[in-house]
Amino acid sequence: MDFLRPASWEEALAAKAEHPTAVPIAGGTDVMVEINFDHRRPEYLLDLNRIGDLYEWEVGEDSVRLGASVPYTRIMEHLRAELPGLALASHTVASPQIRNRGGVGGNLGTASPAGDAHPALLAAGAEVEVESVRGSRRIPIDEFYTGVKRNALAADELIRAVHIKKADGPQQYSKVGTRNAMVIAVCAFGLALHPETRTVRTGIGSAAPTPVRAKAAEEFLNAALEEGGFWDNGKIITPSVAKQFADLCSAACNPIDDVRGTASYRRHAVGIMARRTLTWTWESYRGTAAHTEGVA
Amino acid sequence: MRVNFTVNGRPQEADDVWEGESLLYVLRERLGLPGSKNACEQGECGSCTVRLDGVPVCSCLVAAGQVEGREVVTVEGLADFAKQRAEHGGCATGACGTDGKAGTSLQDAQLGVPPGGAWGRAAKGQDSQTGEGTELSPIQQAFIDAGAVQCGFCTPGLLVAADEMLEQNPNPTDADIREALSGNLCRCTGYEKIMDAVRLAAARQGEAV
Repeated sequence: MDFLRPASWEEALAAKAEHPTAVPIAGGTDVMVEINFDHRRPEYLLDLNRIGDLYEWEVGEDSVRLGASVPYTRIMEHLRAELPGLALASHTVASPQIRNRGGVGGNLGTASPAGDAHPALLAAGAEVEVESVRGSRRIPIDEFYTGVKRNALAADELIRAVHIKKADGPQQYSKVGTRNAMVIAVCAFGLALHPETRTVRTGIGSAAPTPVRAKAAEEFLNAALEEGGFWDNGKIITPSVAKQFADLCSAACNPIDDVRGTASYRRHAVGIMARRTLTWTWESYRGTAAHTEGVA
Repeated sequence: MRVNFTVNGRPQEADDVWEGESLLYVLRERLGLPGSKNACEQGECGSCTVRLDGVPVCSCLVAAGQVEGREVVTVEGLADFAKQRAEHGGCATGACGTDGKAGTSLQDAQLGVPPGGAWGRAAKGQDSQTGEGTELSPIQQAFIDAGAVQCGFCTPGLLVAADEMLEQNPNPTDADIREALSGNLCRCTGYEKIMDAVRLAAARQGEAV
């Protein structure tokens, strides 16, 4: 094994081009487990800790450019207003020690269906900025996950940052596990209201081969909210609409039975989380809307 | 490969380190610091918790090569570390300054930038290495006084994690304590005595000010 320690992003890209099998390591919270347990013996480890750029973020007009290695702890502390869904998801990651090391870049690189960040990224809307010596490109989050622990990265590419849409409305995140800390999600659900476009986006974790959106559920809800004038009148969402939305979210799952839970439990739990997160975000939206009207 | 870094204030050089080796292995097997415990090797139990540039991490998940040039504090150096912190106005490494509640800046976003190293060069002698002969840190004394140690295997990790929490948050609520220690498993105590110990250390810290 060789340990490559590039001092700059350019050096890292050159190293990855020269050694496409090199395994990038940043927080190490996935990679080191595999090495400790002899599940993986990469020829090269590509350490990204010295590349300061990866630990920075910029809050732009419409989106946040989040460096691939920004630890979850920082997201929780500093980006709660801009990225509420991701901040909530970050808080469910493992333990303080792990959140101090791990970041969204690693979650994307591993591309496990159980990665905590994925549902939040899907719901908010995001693009993954990847680069190789051949150039840079942005992969829409919907096209990023290609299979169980597979993503759209080419062998010579590295994840540099994630561009996540700033919240324009309430967002929520929910995760089922046996305890609060140190759990891999049995299943997880992210939901974001986008009042500017009058749309709702979702993300489902651990209930399909890849993280997925419940697109049919989104389309149904978007139409129902539009039809009922809900975005304007701020009424409580009709229980039958919420139920139909929840059922469609369950239907979007394609889960398996495993040690953490059964497929049917996952389907059921996703429906419950969908209904709850919709209620929470909508209550928050109504509260904000009422408040705005009052001021005006 | 060779790795140079600072452990408990002293420059250390580890030789013949395998490239896939963890910081934990280097500490225990190469530097003779067995205080950090090896249990799960997957970040699940927290018994290997150390401070890396001031930040609590599981040393089993840090690749040895990643600590080149950086500062590590283990439970063996905790007493000295706490002493230095008390003498330097509540911050032993300067790292707590970067963990600001004062809002976002790009500098804030820089994790892993070595801090001023205020205490790094000051430590001396054998004590900071083995911990022997040094007065205990307040959190260590509180663990003893509260009976928070049973088999003791989880204790080093809990001490490092609890000490860091009290550095950041001198008046923790029970919920704060539980969250800060949520990455550390104890199979003996049922955690109640550990909670007592951290409350005790916090109270004593408050009295001392």
